Amino acid sequence: MTEDGITRRALLLGGTALAIGGLPFGARGQLRVDITRGQIEPLPIAVSPFAGDGAGAADLGRRLAELIAADLDGSGLFRTIDRRAYIQTPAELRDLPRFADWRQIDAQGLVTGVVRTSGADGLTVEFRLWDVFAGTQMTGFRYTLSRSLWRRVGHKIADAVYERMTGEKGYFDTRIAYVSQTGPATDRIKRIAIMDQDGANHRFLTRGRELVLTPRFTPDTRSLAYLAYRGRTPGIYLRDLASGRDRRLGSFSGMNFSPRFSPDGRLMLMTIARDGNSDIFAFELAGRRLTRLTDHPAIDTSPSFSPDGRRIVFNSDRGGSPQLYVMDRDGGAPRRISFGAGRYGSPVWSPRGDFIAFTKIKGGYFHIGVMRPDGSDERLITRSFFDEAPVWSPNGRIIMFTRQDPATDRTRLMRIDLTGYNLQEIPTPTDASDGDWSALIP
Amino acid sequence: MLRRTLPFVLLAVFLAACSTTVPDRAASDTAGGTAVEGADGIAAEGLPGGEIGQSALEQGPLPGSQEDLEINVGDRVFFGFDSAALDDAAQETLDRQAAWLMQFPDLTVTVEGHADERGTAEYNLALGERRATAVKNYLVAKGIDPDRILTISYGEERPVDPGHNEAAWALNRRAVTVVNVVN
Repeated sequence: MTEDGITRRALLLGGTALAIGGLPFGARGQLRVDITRGQIEPLPIAVSPFAGDGAGAADLGRRLAELIAADLDGSGLFRTIDRRAYIQTPAELRDLPRFADWRQIDAQGLVTGVVRTSGADGLTVEFRLWDVFAGTQMTGFRYTLSRSLWRRVGHKIADAVYERMTGEKGYFDTRIAYVSQTGPATDRIKRIAIMDQDGANHRFLTRGRELVLTPRFTPDTRSLAYLAYRGRTPGIYLRDLASGRDRRLGSFSGMNFSPRFSPDGRLMLMTIARDGNSDIFAFELAGRRLTRLTDHPAIDTSPSFSPDGRRIVFNSDRGGSPQLYVMDRDGGAPRRISFGAGRYGSPVWSPRGDFIAFTKIKGGYFHIGVMRPDGSDERLITRSFFDEAPVWSPNGRIIMFTRQDPATDRTRLMRIDLTGYNLQEIPTPTDASDGDWSALIP
Repeated sequence: MLRRTLPFVLLAVFLAACSTTVPDRAASDTAGGTAVEGADGIAAEGLPGGEIGQSALEQGPLPGSQEDLEINVGDRVFFGFDSAALDDAAQETLDRQAAWLMQFPDLTVTVEGHADERGTAEYNLALGERRATAVKNYLVAKGIDPDRILTISYGEERPVDPGHNEAAWALNRRAVTVVNVVN
């Protein structure tokens, strides 16, 4: 796979218009989306088809604009205006936009661009984001890449728009790995699958001959750890996504499961079950050294690092029922953080560090919830017969989880904003569970 | 399981089909003999009546096989919610399993621990392991060599009953003893 084929250069605008990244936007009190509030009115924005130079460029420019619009609309923060309402043509937009034309259709932001194709595979894409009311450029970049990566550039542009408008990193140039499910419940075939965040480029990574669970991206997005029932003892394998090669991560006495990486990618946390007792261990990937972090006759599992790498949240029934605990990175000072009625599990620390997402089982329902790392401010944001396995978008704003509907027996991936709004199904070709969301692809 | 019993079923069906033709052939042979005697002028007597019943004889489970364990001993025990405790019924089953394993000292088994769906997947993997080990420890306490017993946890991944109700969950919270196939 060609992961590294995209280069990016900031675009400066000549004349009187502002250079990219000029003034901090909030300082001017202008166009900005506040994503910390619950339900907001999406910001109306126009995404013009990109102008094209070269064979197939105009078609690609139209598809790029559609992809960018779909990304931005899906966030719930933007509402792209139907392009049939646009007055200026892509060709006219090669120069400074006529902002009055865009104010007339109530666009507050405007995305324009140019696509140039060259040779068999060459592609250059430029884009600019404009503040329609201030009449200034907010940001702009030129990308050079291989043509096969055109979707990724679309996602990168959507990320740049999102970041410039919200002040936070986007999540569009990312991938989702999950467990595909087919066949009857009593003889389920499970395969690891991977796709772009928007569902494109879907493919299966395993063939379904063995049970596989819990795919987890490495922080560099290049590899995927997963649990496979392969050989005598189930264990964790690391799949290199470019070469397709697998390697088993250590050979331990006892079953190992629940892999999750440290933010720097050097360690993998996991559970090892020996003689019926599950404890948490850290495995150093380079040195292949194993360190025990918990030593308790209770079940200790589902570890997840804080983004600063200093603490670990995990699930334990040492208090009599499954609850959430936080300990230091070396296993010291474990303390319980969940105290509400009910049973807790699968905690995952937000990449922003501000919240821990979890599954809670209470009164016959499963909930996805969030709480502060000290256990305060617990908030349940979903409720259904079966919701579990939350993970975060890389910007810590969206939670993806698994929902099973007992009436239809369908299992699927869902996403919801941290605020509890904008619940959506993530479409997959088969039933799906146990998703993981990669970091932004470098 | 289905694959293993299917040949037996087919054989039984085949034999059952045969059983309707065999008595007919026997009857016509007898009638032929009588007809010859009748030709000699001896008054024909009534032919012996009655039918011959026939049913296929199936081989019972092979001693020491998984079917033997399943049918004659009991291959599984059940657990309460979020528990790995062995109740009286479970202990009785495991007492029989231990005695059975004593009879077949060359066998090794894998105890598969399972959970219902009312928990998180990873917690249930740990719980299944705890259940499998509880069974192993009980069998070892009854004199079975620990090296003969492997354990594995499937968590909630392999339900026997796909239902979403208490009855299904009770069946799924189980540990199943499986005879290892020697290659």
